[in-house]
Amino acid sequence: MLGLERKDTLLLIAVAFITLFAPIILNPFPAGSALAQFNAGYPDLMQRFVIFGIFAIGFNILFGLTGYLSFGHAAFLGIGSYSAVWMFKLLSMNVIPAILLSIVMAGLFALVIGFVSLRRSGIYFSILTLAFAQMSYNLAYSVLTPITNGETGLQLTLSDPRILDGDTGGGLPVTSLFGAEMRETTTLFIGPWSWDFSVGYYFCAVLMLLAFYLSVRIFRSPFGMMLRAVKSNQQRMNYTGLNTRPYTLAAFVISGMYAGLAGGLLAAMDPLAGADRMQWTASGEVVLMTILGGAGTLIGPVLGAGFIKYFENIFSKINDGILHQWFAFMPDGLENVMVALIHPFIGKGWHLTLGIMFMLVVIFLPGGLVEGAQRTGRMFRRRDRNADHVESDAARQRAAAE
Amino acid sequence: MGILEVKGVNKRFGGLQALGDVNLSVKEQTVHAIIGPNGAGKSTLLNCLVGKLIPDSGSVMFDGQSVLGRKPHEINQMGISRVFQTPEIFADLSVLENVMIPCFARRDGAFRLHAYETVRREAGIREQAEAMLADVNMLEKRHMTASSLSRGDKRRLEMAMCLVQEPKLLLLDEPTAGMARADTNNTIDLLKEIKAKRDITMCIIEHDMHVVFSLAERITVLAQGTPLVEETPENIKGHPKVREAYLGEAQV
Repeated sequence: MLGLERKDTLLLIAVAFITLFAPIILNPFPAGSALAQFNAGYPDLMQRFVIFGIFAIGFNILFGLTGYLSFGHAAFLGIGSYSAVWMFKLLSMNVIPAILLSIVMAGLFALVIGFVSLRRSGIYFSILTLAFAQMSYNLAYSVLTPITNGETGLQLTLSDPRILDGDTGGGLPVTSLFGAEMRETTTLFIGPWSWDFSVGYYFCAVLMLLAFYLSVRIFRSPFGMMLRAVKSNQQRMNYTGLNTRPYTLAAFVISGMYAGLAGGLLAAMDPLAGADRMQWTASGEVVLMTILGGAGTLIGPVLGAGFIKYFENIFSKINDGILHQWFAFMPDGLENVMVALIHPFIGKGWHLTLGIMFMLVVIFLPGGLVEGAQRTGRMFRRRDRNADHVESDAARQRAAAE
Repeated sequence: MGILEVKGVNKRFGGLQALGDVNLSVKEQTVHAIIGPNGAGKSTLLNCLVGKLIPDSGSVMFDGQSVLGRKPHEINQMGISRVFQTPEIFADLSVLENVMIPCFARRDGAFRLHAYETVRREAGIREQAEAMLADVNMLEKRHMTASSLSRGDKRRLEMAMCLVQEPKLLLLDEPTAGMARADTNNTIDLLKEIKAKRDITMCIIEHDMHVVFSLAERITVLAQGTPLVEETPENIKGHPKVREAYLGEAQV
């Protein structure tokens, strides 16, 4: 289906199913129950899951396939956001032109930065991309204030021209897709559960599915095979009559455009753009997501993005008060000890938990979460195969007897 | 007029004259060996032919065109394939993919943004690659990861990757270096087999006289960056200048 192999089609369907029903799947606990704080099914967080999923999918096309580790991809995310906000200010609150401009601008910047950075490989390439990203960040923060509005960040104002929209009457307008407002949310109550279905989330989710589909096509195409060959042996590539430079540059620009799309979507969900989005920590985050999920795998980056964003938003909200509630059943002394023990890992300490998780994954599952899933799958399958073996032997004997 | 014509090539590394006025002519459909003691400039010469090094002066003509100033991938597209001293393959890819890549390179050129078709649907390319693998007796290993092959099979695979491009000239850089006698003989057999099946021009750089004398039709002896003689194998064996270059060195 859709030009995919059966296995990939099944994966795509599974991803589509999960993203479309995410508002239900991510809210397994009834609202108001003690575990409700582990619910991740609120629009703001779900949007982050899919937007950073797109970012990581794009990053994986560069890093997972060609092995070129860019440490400056957040620059393209930021460029995407600024472009989108400018489109909202000047043209229209419709998200389509904004997102198109985000992709194009990020692609152009990626072309220039990639052209220079890809003259080197390995650590030198990483450093060059990092330098470019930090340059972009500092430019956005100070010199380019007329375009980026410096520290305050670029925001919508009432005096913006918005030539296509005309008068919106009074307050600040909101982003929309041909009239459907991005912030519009329908809440469904069934028993104690409540599920939020947001226009913004579904818009992002559809784009993520599209982005995922395109990345599967790239992975399975001759172009994708060439990118894997770049990672494997550039010398052999050259002596096989293949020019590695345009291949790596194409991968760099494609992944830059993915980052631009993600940045544009961030602005479409919340129309402001700040320089922080381009900082090197943001670039590092997408590297973590990709490696944690499994670099070079199809679904890994999405898993990694979801994992990190979940930790960032859920674990950071747990505080000592909540811990005291959980351990209230224990004797007082023990309760305090437990809270003190867990305290460093929650709230502001969520980075510590994430760091430990990351170390464990890198040491024990170098292929990321996907490798973990595969190993588990293989364990079960091996048991099945042993059973099959017995059955097929029996079948052969039966056939021989007849 | 040979398919490869090297005229007056000089290459200097600082104070070392690596190549001094090298002339070489490789005739079509012959196996031409370049031999010489260590440091004779064999590898430097080879690197000048494939675009890795640019000679200080002189000309290198291949099939009527100059290769000087061209990049390795451009020279490969002109029809020169190269086998390395240690097999250079795509270790992380499957054996079949390893052979499909040169097929794509030959059909699509140095770069093509070919992302709208899956590899599996490229039946023509796959058949071509599988036929090549069958030719070197590796078809049943096509789904193995290339890094898991034995050293001899890696060599075979690299040959297959070069041959599937149907090069006009195949350059071999010490194809048996560091091999045990049995592996060396296998490689010689493989090369003989290749030679028998297709009319290919080969240029071998080699240390091992056994290999050279079992394969070559013409031999050029290099010493201190200069060709001493170019002769048939029979005439090389007793040639006084060759004895001097090799044995003179040994007597010291």
